[in-house]
Amino acid sequence: MSVITLSRVSKFWGAMRAVDDVSLTADEGSLLVLLGPSGCGKSTTLRLIAGLEEADAGTISLGGADVTHLTPAQRKISMVFQSYALFPHLSVAENIVFGLRVRRVSRAERDARLKRVADIVGLSHLLERKPSQLSGGQRQRVALGRAIIAEARICLMDEPLSNLDAKLRHEMRTEIRALQQRLGMTMIYVTHDQTEAMTMADRVVLMRDGRIEQSGSPEELYNHPATAFTARFIGTPPMNLLRQDDRLIGVRPEHVQIVAGGDHAARVKAVEHLGADSIVLCEIYGQPISVRLEGFSKVQPGEDVRIAWDAAREHHFDSKSEVRLDDIANEDRLAASSQ
Amino acid sequence: MVAHRRPVASGMTDTAAASPIPQRRAGAQAWWNAVNAWLLLLPAAVLLVAFTHYPILATIRHSLFITKRNGTEVFIGLDSYQGMAADPIFWKALINNFWFALGTIPTSIALALVMAIWVNRNMRGRGFLRLAYFTPTVLPMIAVANIWLFFYTPDYGLLDQLRGVFGLGGWNWLGDPSTVMGCLIVMVIWKEAGFFMIFYLAALQQLSPDLDEAAAIEGASRWYTFRRITFPLLMPTTLFVAINAVINSFKLVDHLVIMTKGGPNNASTLLLYYIYEVAFTFQDSSYAATLTVVLLLLLSAVALVKFGYLDRRIHYQ
Ligand SMILES: Nc1ncnc2c1ncn2[C@@H]1O[C@H](COP(=O)(O)OP(=O)(O)OP(=O)(O)O)[C@@H](O)[C@H]1O
Ligand SMILES: [Mg+2]
Repeated sequence: MSVITLSRVSKFWGAMRAVDDVSLTADEGSLLVLLGPSGCGKSTTLRLIAGLEEADAGTISLGGADVTHLTPAQRKISMVFQSYALFPHLSVAENIVFGLRVRRVSRAERDARLKRVADIVGLSHLLERKPSQLSGGQRQRVALGRAIIAEARICLMDEPLSNLDAKLRHEMRTEIRALQQRLGMTMIYVTHDQTEAMTMADRVVLMRDGRIEQSGSPEELYNHPATAFTARFIGTPPMNLLRQDDRLIGVRPEHVQIVAGGDHAARVKAVEHLGADSIVLCEIYGQPISVRLEGFSKVQPGEDVRIAWDAAREHHFDSKSEVRLDDIANEDRLAASSQ
Repeated sequence: MVAHRRPVASGMTDTAAASPIPQRRAGAQAWWNAVNAWLLLLPAAVLLVAFTHYPILATIRHSLFITKRNGTEVFIGLDSYQGMAADPIFWKALINNFWFALGTIPTSIALALVMAIWVNRNMRGRGFLRLAYFTPTVLPMIAVANIWLFFYTPDYGLLDQLRGVFGLGGWNWLGDPSTVMGCLIVMVIWKEAGFFMIFYLAALQQLSPDLDEAAAIEGASRWYTFRRITFPLLMPTTLFVAINAVINSFKLVDHLVIMTKGGPNNASTLLLYYIYEVAFTFQDSSYAATLTVVLLLLLSAVALVKFGYLDRRIHYQ
C-alpha cells in the first residue's frame, strides 16, 4: 500500500525546471531515497511533499488524501532539515517537545514522550543543554528526536548526515534505518551520497535535472542500470564505460580481472589501496578502466598487464541516448524517441 | 638580574650553558609583548581619557565649586546639589524626561519591529519601502524640526487644516502645555522607528528561514512562531535598540531649541535642554555641572542594568 504518491508534479523557478513531471510512490513503512547530483531537484521535491513549496502542476497525496494545497502543518509529517534547524535559544528538551507544546499536549504526556524519545536517540543526559553546546552528531540526534516525537507516519529527511564525519555518518545511517523500521515510519530520505542510498533504501529514486532517471530497488539500480547515467552514478568506483562504435560497454570494476593471457592489453596508471581491496586504474585503447582486486595488490603503475571480463557481465548502452540496449522495453523507447 | 647575566655571558662562548638563554629570551619577549600591547592601546586610551574620563572627573569636580566673577574657584561642597534638590524646574525637567522616555521608547521599538517584519517579506517595492522608512534618519534634524513645526502651526498648519475639514477650530499644539509633550513624542517616534527598523531588519535577515519552516511543520501559527522563536532570537537587537532609545531620550536637545525652547512654562523642558539653558543662557557652569552629574548617573545606571543583568539573560548567538 502506498502512503506517498506524487503524480506528474512540477515546480518551476522562472524558466528553470527544478522538478519536472515527477511521479513516484512510497509504500507504507518503507524507506525511499531520493538520490542525485547537486542541483537535480531533490530538496525541491522533498519540500513539495512537505508543503514548504507549492507545486506548479500535478498532485501530491499522503495516506490516500490529496494534500496538494494543504499547509505543512495540515499534512501531519515530520521533517529533519539539512541544517537541523534547531532553535538555538531553547534547550534540547524544549527543542524536542516544541511540536507537542504547539499542539497543547498535556505536561504529563509531554514528559513521558520526551523521556521515551530521549532514550531512543540517546540524549537523556543532555536535555538541559543548548544546541550550541552539542557536537554535530548530538545535534543531529536532537533533530531526529524532534521528528519522531510527533509520531507522524511520514518522516522526511534532507541530507541529514552531510555535516557529519565519515565514521559518525556510518553510525547514524544504521541508527536511522533501524529506527525507521522499528517505528514503522514511511521515510523519504534525500542524499547525494550513493553509499547512503544503497545501504539504507528499500527503493531508490535517482534524479537528474529535475526528472526521474530510474527508480527501483538498490539491487536493480546496481545490477540493471537503465541508463549510462545511472551506471556512472551508482557504485564506487563507478561502472567502467568503454566506447565502442555507437555503443557504450559497461562493466563493473569487480567483474574485471587482471589475468595472464587476458583478452585486452592494458597499462596500469595508478593503484589505490583500500585495505580489503585495491582499485587498479588502467588504460585500454586510450580509455580509462578501473579494476577491483581483492587484498593488497602488488601491481605497479606503469606496468603492462592483460585484463579480461566475462561477456555476460557486460551492460550495453546506446552512446547517443545513453539508454540501455539489451532491454526490449528500452529498445522500444529508443525507437520511439528517434522517430 | 645580576645573577643571570654571568651564565648568559658565558653562554655566548659555551654551548653547554644553553638553558639560560631561552629563559632570558622568554623574559624579554614577555616584556616586549607588554610594551607592544600598551603602544597599540595608546591611541584609543588617549582619546578615551581626554574626551571621556577626564571630562567626567572635571565635571564632578566642577560641580563642587563655584566660579567667582574674577575667575577664582571657591569650594562649596554639596551646596549645588542642595540647590538642585530645591529647584522645581529641575524636577519638572526630570519628570518630563521620564514621561518623554516612556512615551517614545516602547512605541518606537514596537513600531520598528512591526515595520521590519513587514518589509522583510518578499514583495514588490520592498527596497523603496525600506528607503522610505529610513528617510527620517537621513534628514538633518533642523529640517525635521521645521517640517513638524509646519504640521503643528496653529490655524494653517497641516494638523489644524485637517481639523478644519471636520469643522473644528484651530489649536496651538506647541503652545499648549497639555499637548506640547505629546507633539514632541509623536515626532521623535516618527524619527526613531525608521532608524531602529534597520537594526531589526538586519537581525531578521540573519535568522535562518529553516527555523520558521521547522516551526511551520510542527504546526506553529505565525504568532506562536514570532512569540517563541523570532522575538527571543531578536532579543540582543531589542536590547541594543532599547539602550539607544534611552540614551536618545536623554540626549534630545536640538528639536527643543527650534520648536519650543522648553516652553510653554517648561512643559517641554528635558534634562539636557535644561543643562544647556543653565550653562549657556544663565551662564551658571557650576550648576550645569551638577545637573550633568545627575544625567551621568542616570545613564550609568542604564549601562549597569544592561551589562550586569540583561546580558546574562539573553541568548546571544
Ligand atoms: N528558491 C529558489 N529560487 C530559484 N531557484 C531555485 C530555488 N531553490 C532551488 N532552485 C534551483 O532549483 C534546482 C534544484 O534545487 P534543489 O535545491 O532541489 O537541488 P538539490 O538536488 O537539493 O541539490 P543539493 O544536493 O545541492 O542540495 C537548482 O538548480 C536550484 O538552483
Ligand atoms: Mg538539497
